[in-house]
Amino acid sequence: MTRLRLLGPAREAAGVARADLPGGCVGEVLDAAVERFGDEFARVLARSRVWLNTEPATRESPVGLHDEVSVLPPVSGGC
Amino acid sequence: MSDVQVPTGRDWVALAEEPLVPEVLSAWAIRPDCGAVVTFSGTARRSSTFEHEIIALEYETSTDLALSRLTQLVAIARSRWSDLGAVGIHHRVGRVEVTESAVVVVVSAPHRDAAFLAARFCIDSVKRAVPMWKREFWAGGSAWSEQCEDLVDLDQL
Repeated sequence: MTRLRLLGPAREAAGVARADLPGGCVGEVLDAAVERFGDEFARVLARSRVWLNTEPATRESPVGLHDEVSVLPPVSGGC
Repeated sequence: MSDVQVPTGRDWVALAEEPLVPEVLSAWAIRPDCGAVVTFSGTARRSSTFEHEIIALEYETSTDLALSRLTQLVAIARSRWSDLGAVGIHHRVGRVEVTESAVVVVVSAPHRDAAFLAARFCIDSVKRAVPMWKREFWAGGSAWSEQCEDLVDLDQL
């Protein structure tokens, strides 16, 4: 299982901030998330960046037990 | 920032739940070999969206991801302007009332050009490359800010 972190609008769409999901790569973890959280989450995910730990990732990036995948929707920091 | 621990080094990135005090960063950035200190304070302002008057903002982030990115932004600034003195970026998290600082950037350098340019780079990059989300509050409701952009990678800055 890999830890998925859901932030901002992604958290709101999923209804949770974290989830442990199966998958051997980032793409498989995200597919499991869409299956669990549904269409609204899929819509947010489509506009989001995905990081593996603290760096950008691709769907093919392999994940291990201690990795964290983060879903990062469009940002609005600053002022 | 009442019990803030001021670092002894040249870099200072932080996320704060308490109100930011720009003067603290400005004073910290003063260096004997720097003739310029540029401080930018981005404040929550009263504005209108969704036909409502905004009364407060709320910032959400992941602490480790945001601090990692802020640290990387400072490193990029130092690589582009090699003679910078102090570089600090502080961002609020949680609820921010109108007129409070949401973000403060401070840069010191021997001369003003580098200080201004590096400070501008830092605040622009905070908005584009740091995982941070803003929720806008009005009387009786709230929503995520519509003023958002896709998060960019560092090589796009």
